[in-house]
Amino acid sequence: MSLPLFDDGVASGLLSGVMFGYILENAGFGSPRKLTAQFRFSDWSVFKVMFTAIIVAAIGLYGATEIGLLQANGVFIPTTFLWATLTGGALVGAGMAIGGYCPGTSAIGIATGRLDGFFFIIGMVLGVGLFAGVFDPIKSFYEAAAGPQAQTLGLLFGVPTWTVISVLVVVAILGFIVDTRLERAHGGALTAEQLSNGDGDEFVEEIEIVSVRTR
Amino acid sequence: MHSTIRPFWPPLTAGIALGLVLLATFLLTGHGLGASGFFARFTAWLGGEIVPAATETNTYLGPFLKGAPSPLASWMTWEIIGVMFGALVAAVTSGRFRVNIGGATNIGSSGRIAVALGGGVLTGFGARLARGCTSGIGLSGGATLAVAAFLFLIAFFVAGVAISWMVRRAWT
Repeated sequence: MSLPLFDDGVASGLLSGVMFGYILENAGFGSPRKLTAQFRFSDWSVFKVMFTAIIVAAIGLYGATEIGLLQANGVFIPTTFLWATLTGGALVGAGMAIGGYCPGTSAIGIATGRLDGFFFIIGMVLGVGLFAGVFDPIKSFYEAAAGPQAQTLGLLFGVPTWTVISVLVVVAILGFIVDTRLERAHGGALTAEQLSNGDGDEFVEEIEIVSVRTR
Repeated sequence: MHSTIRPFWPPLTAGIALGLVLLATFLLTGHGLGASGFFARFTAWLGGEIVPAATETNTYLGPFLKGAPSPLASWMTWEIIGVMFGALVAAVTSGRFRVNIGGATNIGSSGRIAVALGGGVLTGFGARLARGCTSGIGLSGGATLAVAAFLFLIAFFVAGVAISWMVRRAWT
C-alpha cells in the first residue's frame, strides 16, 4: 500500500480534529493561564508536549519512508521565507503572551467554556482582515529571503535525517530534566484542580455539568 | 452536584498521543494538523458576505473565493469542528468544563476581553505572515523537520517570553 492516501474528505477532517482537540484539552491546553505559564518558565507543558509530539511523528514519518510505506516527498514540508517566518512567529508568540491563546488553542478554549477564546477568535478575524488590507504593500517582505523549497534540518546541515532526530531526542531528554526542576522551583506545573474555578476569580459564572463518565 | 475534576495527562503521555495522531493525519492526508488556515478561510467567507466587492478584488483573500463553492468547503473546516467537539467531550467527561471569562488573572472581565481581542489581532496577522501557526508550521512542520518550523518556534518563544515579561502584572 502506498501512503499517504491524500484523503481530504469530511470523515478524515473530523477524525483528525476530534483526536487533536481531545488530546490538547487533556494536556491542559484549553487554559490560557497554563499556556502562558510556559513563557514565564513556571509550566513547561507546552514545550514538553510539542517536542515529544514532533519527535514521535518525525520518527514515524521517516521510518515509514525508509520501509517504503510512505512515498518520498509524500508529505507537505513548509518553505522558509526568512523575514516573514520570523516576524510572523514573533507576532504569534506576542499574541499568545498578551491574549493567552494560539489559533488552535483558542478553539479549545471556547469549546471548554472560556468566553475570552471567542474574543480572541474575533481578534484573529480582524488580524487576517488587516493582513489582507496591507497585503499589496508588504508582499515583497512576505516573499523576501526565500529559502530552498521544503528545506529540512538535515539538508541545511548536510547530515542524515536520523542524526537530526537523535539530536532532537537528546535535547528533549535534557529539556525534560531541566524543565521539571524549573517547574519545581516555581511550585510545580499548573494542575486541573488549580485551574478548576475557571481562569478567573470574581467573574466566574459556573454552570454545573453532570458529567457522563464512569468511576 | 459538583463533579470531581480529573487531572491533566502527564506531558509525556499527551505528547506521544499527539505525535501518533499527527503521524496518522500525515499518512491519511499528506499534510499535518492546522488551525489558522481555517480562520483565514472564515475571514474570506465573512468578507465575501459583508463586503463582496472589496474581498473579491483583494489580492490575498480574493483567491479563496474563486473555485470551490465556498472558502469554507475545506478539510480544515471539518478538522476545526472536530477539534471543538473533541475538546468539549474531554472537558465535560473530566469535570473541567466551566463557562467563564478566562485569561489574564489580575484584570477585570472587560480587561480580559480587551487583551484577548488584541492578542487575537496580532496572532491573526502573524499567522498569515508566517504562512501558518503553532499547529500548522510549528508542530506539523516540525514533524517534517522543516527549517521553517524551527525558525518559527524560536521566534515564537523568544517574543513570547519577552512580551510575557512586559505584561506579567496582568497575568500573575
